[in-house]
Amino acid sequence: MKTVFKKTPVLTDTIMHYCPGCGHGIVHRLVAEVIEELGIQNKTIGFVPVGCAVFGYKYFNIDCVEAAHGRAPAAATGCKRVNPENIVFTYQGDGDLASIGAAEIVHAAHRGEKITTIFINNAIYGMTGGQMAPTTLVGQKTTTSPYGRDPEHCGKPIRIAEMIATIEGAAYVERVSVDCVPNIIKAKAAIKKAFQCQIDRKGFALVEVLSSCPTNWGKSPAEAMDWIKSDMIPYYPLGVKKDTTNE
Amino acid sequence: MVSKVTIDENRCKGCGLCVRACPKKIMQLSKTKLNEKGYHPAEVTDQEACIACASCARTCPDAVITVEKE
Repeated sequence: MKTVFKKTPVLTDTIMHYCPGCGHGIVHRLVAEVIEELGIQNKTIGFVPVGCAVFGYKYFNIDCVEAAHGRAPAAATGCKRVNPENIVFTYQGDGDLASIGAAEIVHAAHRGEKITTIFINNAIYGMTGGQMAPTTLVGQKTTTSPYGRDPEHCGKPIRIAEMIATIEGAAYVERVSVDCVPNIIKAKAAIKKAFQCQIDRKGFALVEVLSSCPTNWGKSPAEAMDWIKSDMIPYYPLGVKKDTTNE
Repeated sequence: MVSKVTIDENRCKGCGLCVRACPKKIMQLSKTKLNEKGYHPAEVTDQEACIACASCARTCPDAVITVEKE
């Protein structure tokens, strides 16, 4: 029989600690499949964040470094500059990248670092128990916004992909989603392009992935995927925000 | 088409995303089995109806599904 689909060897056999239905597992697999397809497993170094993906180094079958909260782009910068032949990526959530690490990601993009960033936007702090994140939608209930996010008090959610796309040093920025199979396939294509951008030394690449957090959203895994489509995508439109890789 | 879906039951967390993704509606969470972690693992109800599209495997967050075809 011909194999249509099987788990990539770039993922380890360790059972992930993520809650049932968490989008992190899907994105981990997409990143691992891209690393396998590009044949860069033996020279790729991952920088994992503080947040739910903190144990990413146990799941990717490559060398990984655990960075301080929000500082993965800064640590990855150093790694890439002294090892330019290596492929270096950061994997960061919204509490990590969009909040405490906002300065690091902006300046890594600004300097045009030849690294790739995979940014998981699930509109909430997952690991610490469902607090409001910069990306939490207006009206969304979290443990620190129990009546829903009030824009008068907390401002409106930040659109990271659009923000990074305005920065000169960024070569490729796209927002994708993992809410359904067609979007998962598109997400993988975007991640592959972001890695290819680095291989070709075009500049900084960022892929923002709209992902689910069923536990902290208080929804079933299927309802959470539906919520990405009904509530997140209208505020966080999918698509390529910047692409100068052909110039 | 002859196809085969293999589910690594002890790694399955019973999230049901494969049930949601299957276009032929032949996936379900087991009503009788529990795995080592205490979840009801996914299972295929009608293997002959499977078209080997691998939608279940592509949406699975824990990469527990293998799809093969003739």
